[in-house]
Amino acid sequence: MSKRRKIGNGFAYLGLILISIVWLFPFVGLVLQSFRGESGGMVNYLVPKQFSMVNYQFLFSGASKFLRWYGNTLTIAIFVSVLQTLVVICVSYALSRMRFRGRKLLMNIWLVLGMFPGFLTMICLYFLLKQMGLTEAGAVPGLILISVASSGMGYYVCKGFFDTIPRALDEAAILDGATRAQILVQMIMPISKPIIIYTALVAFMAPWCDYIFASYVAFGYESGYNVAVAMTRWVWTNDYQGYFTRFCAGGILVAIPVTILFMCLQKYYVEGVTGGAVKG
Amino acid sequence: MGRKRNAVARFFQGLGADLKDIGTTFVNGDWKTKVSYLIMGFGQLCRGQIVRGLAFLLLELGLLFYIIDFGWGYMVKLTTLGTVETHVENRVTVYGDNSFFILLWGILTVVAVLALIFLWRLNLRGNRDAEDLLSRGKHLPSNRADLHSLLDKNFDKTLLALPVLGIFVFTVVPIIFMICIAFTNYDATHQPPSKLFTWVGLQNFKELFGIGGQGFGGTFFYVLGWTLIWAFFATFLTYFLGMAVAILINKKGIKFKKLWRTILVMTIAVPQFVSLLYVGKMFAADGLVNAYLLKWGWIKTAIPFWTNATYARILIIVINLWIGIPYTMLIVTGLLMNIPAELYESARIDGANAFQTFRKITLPYMLFVTGPFLLTQFIGNLNNFNVIFLLNQGKPQSMSLSNNAGATDLLVTWLYKMTINDSNYRIAAVIGIMVFLVTAIISLVVYNKVLPSVKDEEGFQ
Repeated sequence: MSKRRKIGNGFAYLGLILISIVWLFPFVGLVLQSFRGESGGMVNYLVPKQFSMVNYQFLFSGASKFLRWYGNTLTIAIFVSVLQTLVVICVSYALSRMRFRGRKLLMNIWLVLGMFPGFLTMICLYFLLKQMGLTEAGAVPGLILISVASSGMGYYVCKGFFDTIPRALDEAAILDGATRAQILVQMIMPISKPIIIYTALVAFMAPWCDYIFASYVAFGYESGYNVAVAMTRWVWTNDYQGYFTRFCAGGILVAIPVTILFMCLQKYYVEGVTGGAVKG
Repeated sequence: MGRKRNAVARFFQGLGADLKDIGTTFVNGDWKTKVSYLIMGFGQLCRGQIVRGLAFLLLELGLLFYIIDFGWGYMVKLTTLGTVETHVENRVTVYGDNSFFILLWGILTVVAVLALIFLWRLNLRGNRDAEDLLSRGKHLPSNRADLHSLLDKNFDKTLLALPVLGIFVFTVVPIIFMICIAFTNYDATHQPPSKLFTWVGLQNFKELFGIGGQGFGGTFFYVLGWTLIWAFFATFLTYFLGMAVAILINKKGIKFKKLWRTILVMTIAVPQFVSLLYVGKMFAADGLVNAYLLKWGWIKTAIPFWTNATYARILIIVINLWIGIPYTMLIVTGLLMNIPAELYESARIDGANAFQTFRKITLPYMLFVTGPFLLTQFIGNLNNFNVIFLLNQGKPQSMSLSNNAGATDLLVTWLYKMTINDSNYRIAAVIGIMVFLVTAIISLVVYNKVLPSVKDEEGFQ
């Protein structure tokens, strides 16, 4: 038995090592390319012939608006993360803890709304934002507004967590004379720390990948781009050879902080994802 | 059918009762209530309910101002979407109607009118209830009590007011707008402000389903087919392989469990536009993969990963595994611990091998618990814009497909291209409605038929 297990585990390690290589290979390539001194697009070797910081220097030199784009994205991510979390908590609490007329109807309507593809409404949103002066130069606040405005519909995971907190706690607090608002702020929110962190983390990570809406709202106005829009354009231009290694360097600069943050909060992420999957 | 008629009948009965109620309230009410029929909140203000009264009054003024000052002119043109085209008169451009704004602001005005009617009705009911209370010699709730209740008994209204408003303006109104667009001829040749567009009935739907000639039918069903195939493989392959990886990591005697998990989770942590764009380039004709295969002499010419339709489709599904497996792995890892150890113990005593325990215990439990998750994954994949678009933008395109559709285009990426590249908003809107229908039908069937049957059979709970 134990010999068989040893062989089995040997194969398991082999499998895991192979998987790890496949999973990490693109990231290793990305890092190596970002330090490549030779210019040009893709090359047919992995390790650069000449290591150099030239790509990073380009990003910080002011020859492009990279720092501006980075700042835009960071601003959007922070605001969206905070505001979206607040909205989700409010909605989840109301739907989980309170019983009011039209509650079921509201939930059903939101469920149906969620089945429409988001891009469908893109042109309409563009003109709504334009009317408020929140496109092009105002792209950053515009994107924050759009992300936060519809975030109430993403309450499922958080409400699922609130549902597991016994209602008896609420009732006891009400007997003690607490208002509903006090219950939310002083009782529910401290217990719900994991799910709040999960919500904020997911909301923080999404804007870094936002290409579609961001490119549409900024509409060619360079200072309003986020990193995803700007750097995707680098790769898709006809002259991508000139920008490929710069893209890799920029990608590394974007990925490092987000990845570190994610790894630190991984525990909460797992909790949120698992809870969300089970409750649906 | 019977139930439906009942619902209709009940609706009209309710409406009738409501109208009657409005009448009797007016007849029986005192002069304060009667004035409130015109000036909302008047009765409340007179009876000392300053907060409520002001709220009604300000809302009425605001909505009326919007309707009269701005919206009315657009709303009355909703039926035609404008008749005066922008034209040049004596070398001066005279701007005519703008169909786009007529539709958008018209819809908002209709909504404002409905909101006004709803508030007006609330205001009447409030007046009647207040009169009732007073006539029975009771006190009305004070302003302080009103405000306080917003933090307590009516806290739900405080919490939901802004989120509901946000969703209404930025989700509901745009969706209504785009559904309307599906019934107009708004496209590249009918673009405001220089041109008008107007209602055309079901013509766009006919065009989408029409096969041959002017129709998009062939392309539509081709893209729909691939969307479904993609969603199926992307969901179930990642699900089962992710489960396998999770079981591998959690195998007894395997060390560094945390390390393996962290390595896999890298693909979730790194923003997709970085990782997918790089991986996409890796498989390009001059990319790293082809370069090494050529160097090692395994192939003679570069493999056309992105330009051959079949290769591109397979590759996209495979790369999606790279992104998707870690999610399932995380979820399954958490759930594996919930399966009672005694089940495995007794299975082992009965002489079941590893595969049998997996098939009889692990898999049914997982399917039972993660049924809803699979459904959301499937629907998410139907609309998985990022993976397709960042990897190869739906290419390769083909002459046999209309409107720039490519072999790996999903309905949503096709919709996006139509909007951005062709300004073909009318067909894009119809496709959007189709995506909605597909999603809704799948969800309904799964929720009503599939999930309950899985639950009954397995008997976990």
